[in-house]
Amino acid sequence: MKKMNIIQLLISLIAGLLFGAGMIISGMVNPQKVIGFLDITGNWDPSLAFVMMGALCVFTPGYHLIIKKRSNAVNGEKLPQPNTKKVDSTLISGAIIFGIGWGLSGVCPGPAVASIGGGSSMILVFVLSMLIGMFYAKQYLQGKLPVPFIGYRKNDCTI
Amino acid sequence: MENFTPWTSLFGGALLGLSATLLMLFSGKIAGISGIIGGLLSRKKQDNGWRALFLLGMIISVLIVTPFGFEIPDNNTQSLVVIAIAGLLVGFGTRLGNGCTSGHGIIGMGRFSKRSIIATIVFMASAALVVFIRNQFGVL
Repeated sequence: MKKMNIIQLLISLIAGLLFGAGMIISGMVNPQKVIGFLDITGNWDPSLAFVMMGALCVFTPGYHLIIKKRSNAVNGEKLPQPNTKKVDSTLISGAIIFGIGWGLSGVCPGPAVASIGGGSSMILVFVLSMLIGMFYAKQYLQGKLPVPFIGYRKNDCTI
Repeated sequence: MENFTPWTSLFGGALLGLSATLLMLFSGKIAGISGIIGGLLSRKKQDNGWRALFLLGMIISVLIVTPFGFEIPDNNTQSLVVIAIAGLLVGFGTRLGNGCTSGHGIIGMGRFSKRSIIATIVFMASAALVVFIRNQFGVL
Protein backbone atom coordinates (compact mmCIF):
# COMPACT_ATOMS: atom_id res chain seq x y z
CA MET A 1 0.00 0.00 0.00
CA LYS A 2 1.31 3.43 -0.90
CA LYS A 3 2.31 5.83 1.85
CA MET A 4 -0.32 8.37 0.81
CA ASN A 5 -3.04 5.79 1.21
CA ILE A 6 -1.91 4.89 4.71
CA ILE A 7 -1.91 8.57 5.73
CA GLN A 8 -5.38 8.92 4.25
CA LEU A 9 -6.84 5.89 6.04
CA LEU A 10 -5.24 6.76 9.39
CA ILE A 11 -6.32 10.39 9.27
CA SER A 12 -9.84 9.33 8.25
CA LEU A 13 -10.18 7.15 11.34
CA ILE A 14 -8.83 9.93 13.61
CA ALA A 15 -11.06 12.55 11.96
CA GLY A 16 -14.05 10.21 12.31
CA LEU A 17 -13.35 9.71 16.03
CA LEU A 18 -13.06 13.48 16.53
CA PHE A 19 -16.20 14.13 14.51
CA GLY A 20 -18.27 11.58 16.40
CA ALA A 21 -16.96 12.82 19.76
CA GLY A 22 -17.78 16.39 18.71
CA MET A 23 -21.34 15.37 17.81
CA ILE A 24 -21.88 13.68 21.19
CA ILE A 25 -20.16 16.32 23.37
CA SER A 26 -21.87 19.24 21.62
CA GLY A 27 -25.35 17.80 22.19
CA MET A 28 -26.14 17.39 18.47
CA VAL A 29 -27.00 13.72 19.17
CA ASN A 30 -29.91 14.87 21.36
CA PRO A 31 -32.95 15.30 19.05
CA GLN A 32 -34.87 17.17 21.77
CA LYS A 33 -32.04 19.69 21.97
CA VAL A 34 -31.95 20.13 18.19
CA ILE A 35 -35.71 20.74 18.13
CA GLY A 36 -35.23 23.17 21.05
CA PHE A 37 -32.79 25.09 18.85
CA LEU A 38 -35.19 25.11 15.89
CA ASP A 39 -38.05 26.26 18.13
CA ILE A 40 -37.17 29.94 17.83
CA THR A 41 -40.51 31.32 18.96
CA GLY A 42 -40.86 28.87 21.86
CA ASN A 43 -38.50 27.86 24.67
CA TRP A 44 -35.43 28.54 22.51
CA ASP A 45 -32.17 26.73 23.29
CA PRO A 46 -29.37 28.57 21.41
CA SER A 47 -26.75 25.85 22.16
CA LEU A 48 -26.52 24.60 18.60
CA ALA A 49 -25.58 28.03 17.31
CA PHE A 50 -22.53 27.60 19.57
CA VAL A 51 -21.77 24.25 17.92
CA MET A 52 -21.63 25.90 14.52
CA MET A 53 -19.68 28.84 15.92
CA GLY A 54 -17.14 26.50 17.53
CA ALA A 55 -16.74 24.52 14.30
CA LEU A 56 -16.38 27.63 12.12
CA CYS A 57 -13.91 29.25 14.57
CA VAL A 58 -11.56 26.31 13.91
CA PHE A 59 -12.27 25.37 10.29
CA THR A 60 -12.47 28.87 8.75
CA PRO A 61 -8.96 30.01 9.80
CA GLY A 62 -7.64 26.48 9.22
CA TYR A 63 -8.92 26.57 5.66
CA HIS A 64 -8.00 30.14 4.70
CA LEU A 65 -4.64 30.36 6.50
CA ILE A 66 -3.28 26.85 5.97
CA ILE A 67 -5.18 24.64 3.51
CA LYS A 68 -5.93 27.24 0.83
CA LYS A 69 -2.25 28.26 0.57
CA ARG A 70 -1.15 24.73 -0.29
CA SER A 71 -1.19 23.29 -3.78
CA ASN A 72 -1.97 19.77 -2.52
CA ALA A 73 -3.03 17.95 0.63
CA VAL A 74 -0.21 16.50 2.79
CA ASN A 75 -0.63 13.04 1.20
CA GLY A 76 -0.27 14.58 -2.27
CA GLU A 77 -3.93 14.37 -3.19
CA LYS A 78 -5.61 17.35 -4.88
CA LEU A 79 -7.54 19.69 -2.63
CA PRO A 80 -11.28 19.55 -3.29
CA GLN A 81 -12.64 22.38 -5.42
CA PRO A 82 -16.34 23.09 -5.79
CA ASN A 83 -17.24 22.15 -9.38
CA THR A 84 -20.17 24.51 -9.56
CA LYS A 85 -21.02 27.86 -8.03
CA LYS A 86 -24.52 27.99 -9.40
CA VAL A 87 -27.38 28.26 -6.94
CA ASP A 88 -30.01 26.19 -8.75
CA SER A 89 -33.43 24.74 -8.01
CA THR A 90 -31.91 21.31 -7.23
CA LEU A 91 -29.89 22.81 -4.39
CA ILE A 92 -32.82 24.79 -3.02
CA SER A 93 -35.38 21.97 -3.27
CA GLY A 94 -32.89 19.56 -1.67
CA ALA A 95 -32.29 21.96 1.22
CA ILE A 96 -36.05 22.44 1.74
CA ILE A 97 -36.70 18.66 1.74
CA PHE A 98 -33.77 18.02 4.10
CA GLY A 99 -35.02 20.81 6.41
CA ILE A 100 -38.49 19.25 6.65
CA GLY A 101 -37.01 15.89 7.68
CA TRP A 102 -34.61 17.54 10.11
CA GLY A 103 -37.41 19.58 11.70
CA LEU A 104 -39.65 16.51 12.04
CA SER A 105 -37.05 14.32 13.75
CA GLY A 106 -34.35 16.61 15.14
CA VAL A 107 -31.83 14.26 13.50
CA CYS A 108 -29.44 14.98 10.62
CA PRO A 109 -26.87 12.61 9.06
CA GLY A 110 -23.86 13.39 11.32
CA PRO A 111 -25.62 12.89 14.67
CA ALA A 112 -27.44 9.84 13.23
CA VAL A 113 -24.14 8.08 12.46
CA ALA A 114 -22.60 9.16 15.79
CA SER A 115 -25.64 7.70 17.61
CA ILE A 116 -25.56 4.25 16.01
CA GLY A 117 -23.43 3.02 18.94
CA GLY A 118 -26.29 3.88 21.32
CA GLY A 119 -28.35 1.24 19.52
CA SER A 120 -31.77 2.86 19.94
CA SER A 121 -34.48 1.58 17.61
CA MET A 122 -35.22 5.19 16.62
CA ILE A 123 -31.73 5.69 15.20
CA LEU A 124 -31.76 2.36 13.38
CA VAL A 125 -35.09 3.23 11.73
CA PHE A 126 -33.79 6.70 10.87
CA VAL A 127 -30.51 5.47 9.36
CA LEU A 128 -32.19 2.75 7.29
CA SER A 129 -34.79 5.11 5.85
CA MET A 130 -32.08 7.74 5.26
CA LEU A 131 -30.13 5.21 3.18
CA ILE A 132 -33.27 4.47 1.15
CA GLY A 133 -33.83 8.22 0.65
CA MET A 134 -30.24 8.60 -0.58
CA PHE A 135 -30.69 5.71 -2.98
CA TYR A 136 -33.80 7.30 -4.48
CA ALA A 137 -32.04 10.68 -4.71
CA LYS A 138 -29.33 9.03 -6.77
CA GLN A 139 -31.90 7.47 -9.08
CA TYR A 140 -33.55 10.85 -9.42
CA LEU A 141 -30.30 12.66 -10.18
CA GLN A 142 -29.57 10.08 -12.87
CA GLY A 143 -32.92 10.87 -14.46
CA LYS A 144 -34.43 7.46 -13.65
CA LEU A 145 -37.12 8.67 -11.28
CA PRO A 146 -39.61 11.51 -11.67
CA VAL A 147 -40.44 13.43 -8.50
CA PRO A 148 -43.73 15.27 -8.07
CA PHE A 149 -43.37 19.08 -8.20
CA ILE A 150 -39.67 19.09 -9.06
CA GLY A 151 -39.84 16.79 -12.10
CA TYR A 152 -36.78 15.24 -13.75
CA ARG A 153 -33.34 16.67 -13.31
CA LYS A 154 -29.83 15.55 -14.13
CA ASN A 155 -27.35 17.40 -12.01
CA ASP A 156 -24.71 15.48 -10.11
CA CYS A 157 -22.05 17.53 -8.41
CA THR A 158 -20.19 17.96 -5.15
CA ILE A 159 -20.39 20.76 -2.63
CA MET B 1 -33.23 28.59 28.07
CA GLU B 2 -32.78 26.16 30.97
CA ASN B 3 -31.20 23.56 28.70
CA PHE B 4 -28.57 25.96 27.36
CA THR B 5 -25.08 24.35 27.27
CA PRO B 6 -22.80 26.97 25.69
CA TRP B 7 -19.42 25.52 26.75
CA THR B 8 -19.84 21.86 25.85
CA SER B 9 -21.55 22.92 22.61
CA LEU B 10 -18.71 25.29 21.73
CA PHE B 11 -16.09 22.64 22.57
CA GLY B 12 -17.91 19.87 20.68
CA GLY B 13 -18.25 22.24 17.73
CA ALA B 14 -14.50 22.98 17.86
CA LEU B 15 -13.83 19.22 17.59
CA LEU B 16 -16.02 19.08 14.45
CA GLY B 17 -14.01 21.97 12.98
CA LEU B 18 -10.71 20.31 13.92
CA SER B 19 -11.83 17.04 12.32
CA ALA B 20 -12.84 18.80 9.09
CA THR B 21 -9.54 20.73 8.99
CA LEU B 22 -7.38 17.63 9.55
CA LEU B 23 -9.25 15.54 6.98
CA MET B 24 -8.92 18.17 4.28
CA LEU B 25 -5.35 19.20 5.13
CA PHE B 26 -3.93 15.67 5.27
CA SER B 27 -5.98 13.83 2.68
CA GLY B 28 -7.89 16.40 0.63
CA LYS B 29 -11.31 15.07 1.61
CA ILE B 30 -14.50 16.80 2.72
CA ALA B 31 -15.97 15.82 6.11
CA GLY B 32 -19.54 16.02 4.84
CA ILE B 33 -21.44 13.10 6.34
CA SER B 34 -24.22 12.84 3.75
CA GLY B 35 -21.57 13.03 1.02
CA ILE B 36 -19.46 10.30 2.65
CA ILE B 37 -22.44 7.94 3.02
CA GLY B 38 -23.65 8.82 -0.49
CA GLY B 39 -20.19 7.98 -1.86
CA LEU B 40 -20.27 4.58 -0.17
CA LEU B 41 -23.65 3.86 -1.75
CA SER B 42 -22.40 4.69 -5.23
CA ARG B 43 -21.28 1.91 -7.51
CA LYS B 44 -17.70 3.16 -7.89
CA LYS B 45 -15.68 1.12 -5.45
CA GLN B 46 -12.45 3.12 -5.45
CA ASP B 47 -11.93 5.60 -2.65
CA ASN B 48 -14.29 3.82 -0.28
CA GLY B 49 -11.69 2.82 2.35
CA TRP B 50 -11.34 6.27 3.85
CA ARG B 51 -15.12 6.71 3.90
CA ALA B 52 -15.65 3.45 5.76
CA LEU B 53 -12.92 4.28 8.30
CA PHE B 54 -14.31 7.78 8.90
CA LEU B 55 -17.78 6.35 9.60
CA LEU B 56 -16.28 3.59 11.77
CA GLY B 57 -14.45 6.26 13.80
CA MET B 58 -17.70 8.15 14.24
CA ILE B 59 -19.59 5.06 15.39
CA ILE B 60 -16.98 3.97 17.96
CA SER B 61 -16.27 7.51 19.22
CA VAL B 62 -18.89 6.93 21.93
CA LEU B 63 -16.33 4.67 23.65
CA ILE B 64 -13.92 7.62 24.03
CA VAL B 65 -16.42 10.10 25.43
CA THR B 66 -18.29 7.76 27.82
CA PRO B 67 -15.50 7.86 30.48
CA PHE B 68 -15.90 11.66 30.54
CA GLY B 69 -19.58 11.39 31.39
CA PHE B 70 -21.05 12.05 27.95
CA GLU B 71 -23.63 9.70 26.54
CA ILE B 72 -26.03 9.23 23.66
CA PRO B 73 -29.49 10.14 24.96
CA ASP B 74 -32.40 7.85 24.15
CA ASN B 75 -35.24 10.30 24.66
CA ASN B 76 -37.19 9.98 21.44
CA THR B 77 -40.80 11.06 21.81
CA GLN B 78 -41.82 10.65 18.16
CA SER B 79 -43.52 7.71 16.56
CA LEU B 80 -41.28 5.52 14.45
CA VAL B 81 -43.48 6.30 11.43
CA VAL B 82 -42.59 9.99 11.71
CA ILE B 83 -38.92 9.03 12.17
CA ALA B 84 -39.00 6.81 9.06
CA ILE B 85 -40.57 9.57 6.95
CA ALA B 86 -38.05 12.08 8.33
CA GLY B 87 -35.18 9.72 7.49
CA LEU B 88 -36.39 9.38 3.90
CA LEU B 89 -36.65 13.17 3.54
CA VAL B 90 -33.21 13.75 5.12
CA GLY B 91 -31.58 11.14 2.87
CA PHE B 92 -33.27 12.38 -0.29
CA GLY B 93 -32.85 16.08 0.48
CA THR B 94 -29.20 15.95 1.48
CA ARG B 95 -28.18 14.15 -1.72
CA LEU B 96 -30.29 16.46 -3.87
CA GLY B 97 -28.89 19.52 -2.11
CA ASN B 98 -25.35 18.10 -2.07
CA GLY B 99 -24.81 18.39 1.64
CA CYS B 100 -26.12 18.57 5.16
CA THR B 101 -25.31 20.47 8.34
CA SER B 102 -21.67 19.36 8.14
CA GLY B 103 -20.86 19.72 4.43
CA HIS B 104 -22.73 22.97 3.87
CA GLY B 105 -22.94 24.27 7.45
CA ILE B 106 -19.29 23.82 8.39
CA ILE B 107 -17.06 23.23 5.35
CA GLY B 108 -19.05 25.22 2.78
CA MET B 109 -19.76 28.10 5.14
CA GLY B 110 -16.12 28.12 6.27
CA ARG B 111 -15.01 28.34 2.63
CA PHE B 112 -17.50 31.22 2.10
CA SER B 113 -19.30 29.24 -0.63
CA LYS B 114 -22.41 31.06 -1.80
CA ARG B 115 -24.19 27.74 -2.50
CA SER B 116 -23.52 26.49 1.01
CA ILE B 117 -24.50 29.72 2.75
CA ILE B 118 -27.81 29.75 0.86
CA ALA B 119 -28.42 26.03 1.42
CA THR B 120 -27.75 26.40 5.17
CA ILE B 121 -30.17 29.33 5.48
CA VAL B 122 -32.83 27.42 3.50
CA PHE B 123 -32.64 24.14 5.45
CA MET B 124 -32.55 25.94 8.81
CA ALA B 125 -35.58 28.04 7.85
CA SER B 126 -37.41 24.99 6.51
CA ALA B 127 -36.70 23.00 9.70
CA ALA B 128 -37.66 25.89 11.99
CA LEU B 129 -40.92 26.32 10.06
CA VAL B 130 -41.78 22.63 10.54
CA VAL B 131 -41.13 22.89 14.30
CA PHE B 132 -43.21 26.09 14.43
CA ILE B 133 -46.15 24.52 12.60
CA ARG B 134 -46.06 21.39 14.78
CA ASN B 135 -45.93 23.41 17.99
CA GLN B 136 -48.53 25.98 17.00
CA PHE B 137 -51.09 23.76 15.35
CA GLY B 138 -50.23 20.32 16.66
CA VAL B 139 -50.25 18.89 13.14
CA LEU B 140 -47.66 16.97 11.02
